[in-house]
Amino acid sequence: MTGTSRAPERAAVPAPAPIRAPRTRGGLSLRIDARAALVCAVLLLAALGVSVLLIGTGDFRIAPLDVLRTLTGQGTPAQEFIVRDLRLPRVVVALLVGAALGMAGAAFQSVSRNPLGSPDVIGFGQGSAAGALIVIVLLKGTAYQVAAGSVAGGLVTGLGVYLLAWKRGVQGYRLVLVGIGASAVLAAVKSYLLVRADFVDAARAVVWLTGSLDGRGWEQVWPLLGACAVLMPLLLWQGPALRLTEMGDDTARGLGVRVERVRLVTVLAAVLLTAFATAAAGPVGFIALTAPQLARRLTRSPGVGLLPSALMGSALLVGADLAAQRAFGSGQVPVGVATGVLGGGYLLWLLVTERRAGRI
Amino acid sequence: MTPLSDKSTSSRPPGGRQRLTAESVTLAYDRRMVAEDLSVAIPDQSFTVIVGPNACGKSTLLRALSRLLKPARGRVLLDGQAIGSLPARTVARTLGLLPQSSVAPDGITVARLVARGRYPHQGLLRQWSAEDQRIVDESMAATGVAALADRHVDELSGGQRQRVWIAMALAQQTPLLLLDEPTTYLDIQHQIDVLDLCAELHEQHGRTLVAVLHDLNQAARYATHLIALRDGRIEAQGPPGEILTAELVERVFGVSCRVIDDPESGTPLVVPAARRPGATRTAVSGAGTSGAAAATADGPSATAGNAAAGHPAGSPAP
Repeated sequence: MTGTSRAPERAAVPAPAPIRAPRTRGGLSLRIDARAALVCAVLLLAALGVSVLLIGTGDFRIAPLDVLRTLTGQGTPAQEFIVRDLRLPRVVVALLVGAALGMAGAAFQSVSRNPLGSPDVIGFGQGSAAGALIVIVLLKGTAYQVAAGSVAGGLVTGLGVYLLAWKRGVQGYRLVLVGIGASAVLAAVKSYLLVRADFVDAARAVVWLTGSLDGRGWEQVWPLLGACAVLMPLLLWQGPALRLTEMGDDTARGLGVRVERVRLVTVLAAVLLTAFATAAAGPVGFIALTAPQLARRLTRSPGVGLLPSALMGSALLVGADLAAQRAFGSGQVPVGVATGVLGGGYLLWLLVTERRAGRI
Repeated sequence: MTPLSDKSTSSRPPGGRQRLTAESVTLAYDRRMVAEDLSVAIPDQSFTVIVGPNACGKSTLLRALSRLLKPARGRVLLDGQAIGSLPARTVARTLGLLPQSSVAPDGITVARLVARGRYPHQGLLRQWSAEDQRIVDESMAATGVAALADRHVDELSGGQRQRVWIAMALAQQTPLLLLDEPTTYLDIQHQIDVLDLCAELHEQHGRTLVAVLHDLNQAARYATHLIALRDGRIEAQGPPGEILTAELVERVFGVSCRVIDDPESGTPLVVPAARRPGATRTAVSGAGTSGAAAATADGPSATAGNAAAGHPAGSPAP
């Protein structure tokens, strides 16, 4: 897209707008993109606001103000139990899964230089799903073992695709093509396992495969929170170098970026984020694919941004869950169905409006 | 800007300091050998141009000098140290690079793109200093893209875009700048713009420039130091006025030619010999009217000032 429609706004600015950066006397400076910061703040508020509504939603409704009161420790014992033990962990899982998938999607789309290069398309989601299915169907494992299987499956797939795509470095289109191939193989494995499974296991597997937040508790929160706390700062730290690799490997190397190392760390961190998110909520579709693109269109920044994508992922996932619960009642429709409809629909709408505006 | 007309600067002996050298390097992609046992030294503050026929290894040599390609044997030295062993950012503060192709991210503005050249000077807590802003502004002014600062790079013409990439490399503030075919895909006006800009950077700011160029006459006009490669070997190196002879062009490119003085700059001008019968003519006016007159002329026309003389636009009608 060329963004010509933005030209008139800028024509009013007489001198080139300098890059904003608060500075200290000691020579420290922090570069801030005002629009991206605003978008991040709005997305964060939206995600938290929807979370409060989501906590109040269910068979036992709680007004938003009561939710806030309960969260600060001033609720009735019944509210305390429902909020703290039942609904808060579920919402925290939703926020973390959304953020993890959004950031991992942005990282993959940056590495592959391709908006389709998201983990659901290039096989890592399928790898996690296949790993979980092996545990469910063949090993009849517990919920914890299913989660471990999902992390292992995602990691093995990620490393396999990375190695197969390696030829004097990893290039975007090869990563996408190898990933799509791996995805097809893993989908076949999944189908085979589902056909082999007995009725009870198959039902359990299908629910897991759709991506669901039902029944998620604190035991799902902690491993995911730990993974996010380590991997997200790592990815954000790689962010500036990662952005430079989007200009081509030679250009990035000329600027002093160690391209292969940046790419390996990014892919590894993003694979792990996806795997942990999948372990917690199943392969929730479309967040990793749509969140970075939606965030990019809001921030109007070149390339995908990691932090806006993560916040967009959180907002999308809690939004989808709220919509599903309000429309169909709690526990009726898995959140994966809603994210597909909501995220996919929103992206389609954006693409259509952008095409009308002549931007793509 | 003034072209490099005076030969006094171009006849500087390559014996001075040399920050960037290659010591008997063997260059190969996987199993395919491109050059063996190649040694070059880039004279400091020179405008060195590497020329040679296609696939002679000139871009490969530039890639090795800019540490994009690790030599299979031998080493490239920057300030006396193996370039591969130095930290990537340290090298990026000394040696800038304009690769053959770069991708501008969708929707990025000129100022933002040029600002990316400051990356090797920045850190986690030093993201955008007042100096960064000043250098980016200066780089845009030096390349004549300051007026485009808020335009989107993908709206620009090829020549403007190339100047933006050069501005980004300038913002890196490196004493050495390596350019891989900076004029490819540009029309003649923009080729000259880019080369004038390079000469200016070299003359006014004392930068050392190394460029791979296709056009021998442009190389002769702008270079202070010429390296002629053939099949991965150096056939000659030195000031163009001293080394660029008809014999060298024949040896390196397999083209017989005459080398005359460029009437504009006094630098060597390579005029390829006409090879096809009927391809020469004494005057342009005679071309369309009389085939016989054109066929009788012997020797290339001295007014056909460039390589295009070997490929005249029209041959005599039957």
